Amino acid sequence: MTRVMAQVGMVMNLDKCIGCHTCSVTCKQTWTNRTGVEYVWFNNVETRPGLGYPKRHEDQEQWKGGWVRTKRGRLKLRSGGRIRRLTQIFSNPKLPSLDDYYEPWTYDYDTLISSPAMDTTPVARPKSMITGKDTEIRWGANWDDDLGGTHERGHLDPMLKGIEDSVVFELEKAFMFYLPRICEHCLNPACVAACPSGAMYKRSEDGIVLVDQDRCRGWRMCVSGCPYKKVYFNHKTGKAEKCTFCYPRLEVGQPTVCAETCVGRLRYIGLFLYDVDKVLAAASVEDDKDLYEAQLDVLLDPNDPEVVAQARRDGIADDWIEAAQKSPVYTLAKKYRLALPLHPEYRTMPMVWYIPPLSPVVDALANSGHDAEDAGNLFGAIDALRIPIGYLANLLTAGDVPVVDGVLKRLAAMRSYMRDINLGRDTDESIAEAVGLTGEDLYEMYRLLAIAKYESRY
Amino acid sequence: MTETPTRIDDPFVDALISARSFLTRSETSPDHRAVHYVGGREGDVFYRDRWSHDRVVRSTHGVNCTGSCSWKVYVKDGIITWETQQTDYPSVGADSPEYEPRGCPRGAAFSWYTYSPTRVRYPYIRGVLLEMYRAAKVAHGGDPVAAWASIVDDDAKRRTYMSARGKGGLVRASWDEALEMVAAAQVHTIDRWGPDRVAGFSPIPAMSMASHAAGARYTSLIGGTMLSFYDWYCDLPIASPQIWGDQTDVPESADWWNASYLIMWGSNIPTTRTPDAHFMTEARYKGQKVVTVSPDYADNTKFADEWLPAHPGTDGALAMAMGHVILREFYVQRQVPMFVDYSKRYTDLPFLVSLRAHGESFVPDRFVNAADLGQDVEAAEWKPVLIDAATGETVVPDGSIGFRHNESGMGHWNLDLGDVDPLLTMHADGAETVTVDLPRFDAGENGTERGSVIRRGVPVRRMGDRLVTTVYDLLLAQYGVARDGLPGTWGAGYDDADAPYTPAWQEEITSVPAATVERIAREFAQNAEDSGGRSMITLGAGTNHWYHSDTIYRAIISLVLLTGCQGKNGGGWAHYVGQEKARPFTGWAQLAFGADWSRPPRQMAGTSFWYLHTDQWRYDAFGADEVATPLGTGRFTGQAMADTLAQAVRMGWTPSYPTFDRNPITLAADAEAAGMSAPDYVVQELKADRLKFSVEDPDAPENFPRVLTVWRANLLGSSGKGNEYFLHHLLGADGAIDGGQTPEGKRPKTVAWRDEAPTGKLDLLVSLDFRMTSTGLFSDVLLPAATWYEKYDISSTDMHPFIHAFNAAISPPWQCRSDHDVFQKMAAVFTELAGPRLGVVKDVVALPQQHDTPSEISQPGGRVLDWRAGECEPVPGRTMPNLVVVERDYSAIAAKMGALGPNVESIGTVVKGITLRQPKSVEHLKKVNGTVVGGVADGRPRIETAEQVCEAILTLSGVSNGAVAVAGFEFLEKRTGQVLADLARDNEGKHITFADTQSRPQPVITSWEWSGSEHGGRRYSPFTINVERKKPWHTLTGRQHFFLDHDWMAEVGECFPTYRPPLNLAAIAGYPTIGDHDEQQVVVRYLTPHSKWSIHSEYQDNLFMLALSRGGPDIWMSREDAEKIGVRDNDWIEAHNRNGIVVARAVVSHRMPEGTVYMYHAKDRTVGVPRVEKTGKRGGIHNSLTRLLLKPTHLIGGYAQLSYGFNYYGPTGNQRDEVTTIRRRSQEVQY
Repeated sequence: MTRVMAQVGMVMNLDKCIGCHTCSVTCKQTWTNRTGVEYVWFNNVETRPGLGYPKRHEDQEQWKGGWVRTKRGRLKLRSGGRIRRLTQIFSNPKLPSLDDYYEPWTYDYDTLISSPAMDTTPVARPKSMITGKDTEIRWGANWDDDLGGTHERGHLDPMLKGIEDSVVFELEKAFMFYLPRICEHCLNPACVAACPSGAMYKRSEDGIVLVDQDRCRGWRMCVSGCPYKKVYFNHKTGKAEKCTFCYPRLEVGQPTVCAETCVGRLRYIGLFLYDVDKVLAAASVEDDKDLYEAQLDVLLDPNDPEVVAQARRDGIADDWIEAAQKSPVYTLAKKYRLALPLHPEYRTMPMVWYIPPLSPVVDALANSGHDAEDAGNLFGAIDALRIPIGYLANLLTAGDVPVVDGVLKRLAAMRSYMRDINLGRDTDESIAEAVGLTGEDLYEMYRLLAIAKYESRY
Repeated sequence: MTETPTRIDDPFVDALISARSFLTRSETSPDHRAVHYVGGREGDVFYRDRWSHDRVVRSTHGVNCTGSCSWKVYVKDGIITWETQQTDYPSVGADSPEYEPRGCPRGAAFSWYTYSPTRVRYPYIRGVLLEMYRAAKVAHGGDPVAAWASIVDDDAKRRTYMSARGKGGLVRASWDEALEMVAAAQVHTIDRWGPDRVAGFSPIPAMSMASHAAGARYTSLIGGTMLSFYDWYCDLPIASPQIWGDQTDVPESADWWNASYLIMWGSNIPTTRTPDAHFMTEARYKGQKVVTVSPDYADNTKFADEWLPAHPGTDGALAMAMGHVILREFYVQRQVPMFVDYSKRYTDLPFLVSLRAHGESFVPDRFVNAADLGQDVEAAEWKPVLIDAATGETVVPDGSIGFRHNESGMGHWNLDLGDVDPLLTMHADGAETVTVDLPRFDAGENGTERGSVIRRGVPVRRMGDRLVTTVYDLLLAQYGVARDGLPGTWGAGYDDADAPYTPAWQEEITSVPAATVERIAREFAQNAEDSGGRSMITLGAGTNHWYHSDTIYRAIISLVLLTGCQGKNGGGWAHYVGQEKARPFTGWAQLAFGADWSRPPRQMAGTSFWYLHTDQWRYDAFGADEVATPLGTGRFTGQAMADTLAQAVRMGWTPSYPTFDRNPITLAADAEAAGMSAPDYVVQELKADRLKFSVEDPDAPENFPRVLTVWRANLLGSSGKGNEYFLHHLLGADGAIDGGQTPEGKRPKTVAWRDEAPTGKLDLLVSLDFRMTSTGLFSDVLLPAATWYEKYDISSTDMHPFIHAFNAAISPPWQCRSDHDVFQKMAAVFTELAGPRLGVVKDVVALPQQHDTPSEISQPGGRVLDWRAGECEPVPGRTMPNLVVVERDYSAIAAKMGALGPNVESIGTVVKGITLRQPKSVEHLKKVNGTVVGGVADGRPRIETAEQVCEAILTLSGVSNGAVAVAGFEFLEKRTGQVLADLARDNEGKHITFADTQSRPQPVITSWEWSGSEHGGRRYSPFTINVERKKPWHTLTGRQHFFLDHDWMAEVGECFPTYRPPLNLAAIAGYPTIGDHDEQQVVVRYLTPHSKWSIHSEYQDNLFMLALSRGGPDIWMSREDAEKIGVRDNDWIEAHNRNGIVVARAVVSHRMPEGTVYMYHAKDRTVGVPRVEKTGKRGGIHNSLTRLLLKPTHLIGGYAQLSYGFNYYGPTGNQRDEVTTIRRRSQEVQY
């Protein structure tokens, strides 16, 4: 072990996300409700399948975000070697345009009250916030919410790659889930590496990735470099802005706005301790599918006395070490391996983790000849999920289906195990054993995922 | 670490880039990949500064939304910046998720309104009217009332300002001038037409009780009419009063956590109960199974273990089939002791029903009662009977309504059966059997609604000359559950698709596979057995907003009754549609109804009011007989729906204001002049035909409502079903009605038909709002209201057990005022004008027979006797409306507004049949609020400020004042003879003050005001007190009703749970047929579910919500329907039917089922609505395509639980049976 650093992380349990977008609204109200960033949502929520915001941001063939591993085993920004980028700073060709986000608009509301007498009811018509002129609304920050228009454009969702044949946009086979996104505050941030001005940095104490507003020169290499498209350009100040993990709140012991206001109660915040010297090696493993394990390996066990000793040597305060020991994100990501990193294949070592959604559907089971009345099948089986597991794997494990399958099985086992307790019956330990856990493990998972008190989420 | 450091790029580039590290003070990682900074980040000051604020104030959002979420409102430099949710709700226990955070994206976007350009900042009056008024005032020597009279009495002037309504041209006015004009109109109306021509509308008091009470109190004190909202919104599940005698009572959301089986049925929890949805997602982890029933792939389906995609409006068929399976497998094939015991104690299933001969068969007649047994006891006709299985003898059990309202019933109104074991069935070896004819509506003749008849058998006994059986035996016959030895036609089994209510039968109707329904029904019941009744069904607008929602609900609720789940934590129904549980009900009702000064107030069923006064009754295409069964007596033959309303009014079932074609003040004076009591005089005049009910000629000018004040509501942009009829007939503005009026042969017989339908009935429309809505656009006077963040109030809901406060984060900006302050001021201006002109008068108030009062047992046997037809004598309060003379001192209105009146001690507060004199509460209020000095209110507690009103509400209510809770329970203990007061006694000294609610949400005290117990920290579930403490339901039998034996229920064939399909409007009203299409247009079912991006019309104009949705009016349609007419996602379309026309964008999605479109409720015409292609007029709102359809049975009164109560029983403003045509329009739109 060489050097321990602390990193704040977040887990979002997609299985609980109701897609309400409260997080987006409270975040926008707090941080980006001002000119220059009208189109900016530090936090947004996408209906998947869908194109996302900005459109098809996951298509790195187009946007060239994140890192790639060279044949020689080195990491290189996908947007090209640094020389290449330095030559392009005045004409960044890989920036999403306003069309890829959306052209923000407002309405001439005032007409409703000030209209002189006219021949019909006054109305507030849409006006572009960019040009100030009349506009017709053709795209927005959340255009394909709840599968709106998805049968027309859903095939453009980059996550359908490889599973195109199994996805049909028909009512009977409809599926969806929501993907809330903020900045990943990566351990290996491509935006930071891409910044020619040295304006982007990770805070030493908690790893939050920030843009130094004084130093930013508006080159926008960070916008291109971020494969999640979570760095934005303020067209009024000419500088980059991004999710700050609400550090002014965090510093006084409050969770982020998006987390505290999440009525689905699906967000957890906590500290990771990690071996900072292992990051690059982990991000450079050959096979994309090994990146998840490599990322887990970087995270240190905060209860390991050696880790604690090294952390102290590296100047991490005892209360931070204690926080890391109680960290729900560590428990969910590493102890129970329920939370997975978003797009590990970008090799940025993202620190916002996701528990994949169950989407059980027993009629598929019943139709396939299973007896759904068997106790074990009351909730359906993982292989009959409505959401194609390949889709989740494309999102969370670089396509590694068995990893996602394992998570979903642990969740399903927890439900089955708890049902016996709920109905006052003897517990069936074989349910826990089948997923390599104990009954106590499942019960602890249940407490953390279901009871989820404020104190245990943050 | 032993490996060599990994590097980025190649060595040259690394060297180059590493130079970066020399340019910064900070640490760059050895691989030059990451930069770490510590401290001193001047560049980040911006974000720290943005987060800083001066104050955080607790408030919430009133009305409109049922969430009742407590929020933190942030204030910086005197400006409201944003809001986030409070997280300080008291814990609900170590083993449960908490109520935090509560809130949703809509609420989180509220502060936008504060400074938005849609904010109403000043009083406005339509310019053309204001000019007339100013001129008239000059011409009439400055007399505002005379000036007003001169305008409204002049037809040309009326026409001029009414036709300008909604078309801009508003000008600023001063508060003084605006209030003077409003008061002048009210005074003139009272003087000329009567106080019942002044109306007020404001819904859902629970979420801002003081704001609601302000205007309701004012309206009530001047003798005006307050209009109901719960039934009008079609949020009232009419099955609830029918089954339980209770308006609605449901579990708090934390009780979902206790369920081990949950069906979300037409109830899209994540969208419509956003703050509470987590209890559902989390309960799954506890092993709860989740099933959804929804025609589309709704948001909640994502969480479901199973999805039953029943066709819209066919939910009743699904539920009947589930009931069929449960009865067969858990009652007939095997008896589950818990289910049987529950049925005997808590339902009407063991009660005896007489059979009436019908041709060669029989039909169910009515409950056998003590009078039938020849017993000479008090209220014998109101005491249904059953048979004791042990003795075989008939028994008159305690607990029926015959024990509720008389002295001899003291101590006997309870569900204690003693040693009696009620006999559930007559079925036994050798039992006599007969056939019964039962209506079915799934297979109507010629596509009509009347259905046909099925013949089944029941075991019977003979009692004298009567054939009797039990409700249970009839229920099995109704559900088609066969037993050995019974005659009649029975299905061959679950897979018999021809036999009504089998799983196979429902598959043809709902499309849900029979095997699935069979399995879900079995699981549901098995779970109830395994868990002790913890199977729950949440219900929503998807099942409730139909014309026949009562039948849908009865079929669904039967599932939780048959499985013993109702009245159990974690079980039973959970109806979440427009909840309005004002927990401190007693205090709110006192203040809002002005009952502390004068009683009774005038309150009318909203639907009846709008149906009459917007002339929607003139457009009915089918009559009452259309919904009657062939088994009926033909009593509806030739009757229009309006005829049934007129009959219900004159029989005293349902209220109607204006009541008579004469000013009720004049009527009182006339009676006095004639030397008669008012009731005698009215009866005489009615009999002599010199006096008419207004309902019998609603288009006569003397029967118009004249002044309407709307606050906390958007009647014309949101809730008004038949929006275009409102605009055209009530307001005289442009309306886009495109359908013919009722053809001559189908017109009402007892309601006068005038060839020329009036336009512009309403002299003055006044509204208060903080934002510009359609109601504001069409108002003559628009007053600027304070927002929720600018005033004091209290909020509660049934979703959680807390009461919490609104506080003013800032003072109302510009010229805005709180509702409370507006009505206090209005009262002052009114009193000044009215005192000298009107003085002290007597006012004859007509009242229907009221639920929870002795008048609910005025029409025994559910027999309909119409005095007009000579079937009985007109007796006020029994066979016709009760008539009460109220004295009104119009010079004392302002004084009464601001003080708590003496009735609180002298008569007492009356709620749900419990009367409490509250001198101690009044003494307390005198001390904390101070007292008035001088005048009519001398010495009375002040309620001049909203904070004082809140204090009074909390002091007078049981949920917030332990002493009141205990006193009420003690009252009830005497009546029931059961122990109850212990539920509140440990909180007897607890008194929640307004300050308490300001500091933190306060959990309520268990009170008789509601039916569940929170005692000992348990979660609220309705009717747990009934089940655990043997307190009867407020019904005929005192039990939960499967059987409703009223004449009109029998006439429409709904004595038992049944399935009635959505109205076939194509067949009965000449509408186009769903599915018909050509290349231009397609005919589809038109539904208006609740939106993800608004709470009704609020927030749909909010910039944040518009940014996250499609930015304007939209209609969701299936890809199949869209393809038929060449519509692509986001194309402009027009939806058109006989009621109006809507211009919207299409949202095309495979989530939608073919044949159905959604226009999410509620899209106002204010934002982004283009003009209609053909007419050039503004496109309509979602309710431009709807129209009221009255169901006669919702008008029944005078019969136990089927009696009128404000927001308790009344015709629903249903709208889901509607169809529309969709066409692609020119993509060039004009605004």
